[in-house]
Amino acid sequence: MTNSFADFGKAKMIFVIGSNMTEAHPVAATFVKDAVLAGARLIVADPRRTPLVDFAERHVQHKVGSDVALLNSIMYVLISENLYNKDYVDSRCSGFKELKAKVMEYPPEKAAKICGITADAIHDLARELASVKPAMLMYTLGITEHTCGVNNVLSCANLQMLLGNVGVECGGVNPIRGQNNVQGACDMGALPNVFHGYQRVDNPENRTKFEKAWNVKDLPAKPGLMLPQMVEAVGEGKIKGFYIFGENLANTEPDIRHVEHCLKSAEFLVCQDIFPTETTKFAHVILPAAAWSENDGTFTSSERRVNRVRTAHPAPGDAKPNWWIFKEIAKRMGHVWTSNSAREIWDNEIAAFGPSMAGIKYARLENDGLQWPCPNEDHPGTFFLHKDRFASGLGKLVPVEWTPPAEVPDDEYPLVLSTGRRLYHYHTRTMTGRSGGLNDLLREERADISAEDANARGIEHGEMISVRSRRGEVVVRANVTDMIPPGLVWMAFHFREGNANWLTNPVYDPTCQTAEYKACAVQIGKLT
Amino acid sequence: MDKTTFILNGKETAFTPGQTILEAARNVGVTIPTLCHLKGSTATGACRVCLVDVKGARTLMASCSTPVTPGMEVTTNNERVLKTRKLIVELLLSSGHHDCIVCEANGNCRLQDLAYECKITELKFPRPDTCYPTESENPLIVRDFSRCILCGRCVQACNEVVVNRAITLGYRGSKSKVATGGDGSYSDGDSECVFCGQCVEVCPVGALTEKKAKGMGRPWETRKIRTTCPYCGVGCQQLLHVKDGRIAKVTAVEGAEPNQGRLCVKGRFGYDFLYSEERLKTPLIRQENGDFKEASWDEALDLVVSKFKGIIEKHGSDAVAGVSCARSINEDSYQMQKLFRAVFKSNNIDHCART
Repeated sequence: MTNSFADFGKAKMIFVIGSNMTEAHPVAATFVKDAVLAGARLIVADPRRTPLVDFAERHVQHKVGSDVALLNSIMYVLISENLYNKDYVDSRCSGFKELKAKVMEYPPEKAAKICGITADAIHDLARELASVKPAMLMYTLGITEHTCGVNNVLSCANLQMLLGNVGVECGGVNPIRGQNNVQGACDMGALPNVFHGYQRVDNPENRTKFEKAWNVKDLPAKPGLMLPQMVEAVGEGKIKGFYIFGENLANTEPDIRHVEHCLKSAEFLVCQDIFPTETTKFAHVILPAAAWSENDGTFTSSERRVNRVRTAHPAPGDAKPNWWIFKEIAKRMGHVWTSNSAREIWDNEIAAFGPSMAGIKYARLENDGLQWPCPNEDHPGTFFLHKDRFASGLGKLVPVEWTPPAEVPDDEYPLVLSTGRRLYHYHTRTMTGRSGGLNDLLREERADISAEDANARGIEHGEMISVRSRRGEVVVRANVTDMIPPGLVWMAFHFREGNANWLTNPVYDPTCQTAEYKACAVQIGKLT
Repeated sequence: MDKTTFILNGKETAFTPGQTILEAARNVGVTIPTLCHLKGSTATGACRVCLVDVKGARTLMASCSTPVTPGMEVTTNNERVLKTRKLIVELLLSSGHHDCIVCEANGNCRLQDLAYECKITELKFPRPDTCYPTESENPLIVRDFSRCILCGRCVQACNEVVVNRAITLGYRGSKSKVATGGDGSYSDGDSECVFCGQCVEVCPVGALTEKKAKGMGRPWETRKIRTTCPYCGVGCQQLLHVKDGRIAKVTAVEGAEPNQGRLCVKGRFGYDFLYSEERLKTPLIRQENGDFKEASWDEALDLVVSKFKGIIEKHGSDAVAGVSCARSINEDSYQMQKLFRAVFKSNNIDHCART
């Protein structure tokens, strides 16, 4: 996030798009609700009537996959009615001319048809957004999990820059991360193109620096494969040795049948985990790991805050800290790593060789942690990004074109399936499924459907139904709810049975390889 | 005397216009005991424990809900105040089933503390015979109405802090009760409860307690360890209450960034997976028949190394790939990418951020 959670409760105007915050990030949502009680205005754009809509002054219920059209059209209104922040755009951004040319192709009357809403709703939304400064934009996976995910994100950034809302308190572009340390895993360089601190591997200076730091030669220069490409390459036999640490790919990736075929093809698969999962079934070696609260370390949250994680008790049996396991493998291959605790790894390597985190040391993390960038030990950390100037100089406005989802409804598969998380479970339930009480609150997968679609098929609330896509079929309980507009089916991926990923479409954003979990075509029907 | 001072216990004291007597007093280190007061929510003045003597006022005033005015003369500790406070605590003690020995809140109870501070040694008033039965149908929270003093903190927290609007004060007079919509269990179909447990967090007595924490450790027996929640990306700060190598319960760290004393259902109640019998406890190697056999770390790691070495020698570094974990600590992800880059000489390292 460019900004911090502390801004949520103080914001005066909040625009939430593609985020069911009350279920996926419940504590963050409490601050949004507090802001509304204190007089803030809230606009929610989401195909579903999410619980946050109860607090919103406007709910824009646009169609799944129409975000770019909606956002471009809002910008059309802002520019054509001169409601954008001209001074900000002139002094701090580049690319306005190109952006303008593109958004002028999206008059509300045209975008309204793509979005399935009225042109007036777009006009009103744009004027409302421009009426309060600054406005804070939050999004989650509703924006990213599309074949046009990168373009969706760029559109959110375009909108906020056009309004002059980036680089200020209570403004910014704020993706709330889904997992406790997904921000940290990125920051740490568990990505194919960067070392930790986003230092590119294809930059020779960076490689030289890490060759010296790690006392090695010939660090690879070519960026590696992204996760979906890896799975595919395992299936094709190009990747022979596959090492999966703490991921249950057999349930979380789109098109389970195909993913399992790929995992089965691995010549040698290592799984390092805290529980047996659907994925460890395919392993040749399973390594037992210490879990959260069984070792010291740090997580980095959505607001770039590095927080301490502390040991409450030892790991069971012979389970070991993950960092120790990697160190032992390195040792057996002739590499002696000197850091011998999470603290030493952070202080002596991560801070030492990551300029944006150089000032973050364990000794400074005792209380509320620190937010990067934090370049030196006297730096207080950064509450919001891009103050006065963008990290890269000028903020780049990038024109983007709307594209539809890869698979859209047709006569055979007339409904859109969109997927995500529910409140009482987390991902594939490896943790929540084994925590007393949570299973009692949600025992099985459901398909959320509209009363209109249920009635048209004679489906009763609570009845077991079939949901079928071109990839597969599941039998789940129908949950008829007014959260869902006609034409949409919504499911999660918490349970093996009825997991939405038997149905989802393995198509990806061309730039970042994020899968289109939010849109594929399905049919539903009564069981015969 | 200027416009922003008042007299507190005989001393001229500064205040900020809009402050209550309680806030202005706390600001200068004068303690006024409270019970129903909940920071960040509208004062209800329900419990009367914070009464103070305001010169010229007809009665004692609740300091939590009375704004200071310039020149106001306030006394927090005269005999009238102390006597009345004691009487109020005596009435609260007699209002229900306050037997500390068997109460989950023993040692973590504002009413117990106040009774002690007021030097109360016996019950002055008879206890009512009837009350509402305990609700423990829901899987996570015990609602013992016999211990509820109707301070309303849970209602304020639910409606004004986390804004889930699941509970309210229902009925009237001696029948008053904290109720959900439909007045059933927290988990009933009519209930809006989302089990964030903020009501438990703020309950000053033993009326609301965590079901899973029962018998797991008294407050003075547990170590409190601050940590970060392992679920979503908000990074809520938790206190683990640990006894004998096991988490007894989880509460929120008051006043910490970013969660300011709040947690959600997963953060508060999703911890006991750690003690599942299904945990992986030893390395496992797959046999030719497909079964897994227990192995030592040396056997398992030697096998991983020989296989990966063999594959890299035969097919090159591009033939290996790794997926790191977005749930585990930073240092683990750092080590894994270092292993792939520095040792395997491959940039085929990623994690689930993109999926």
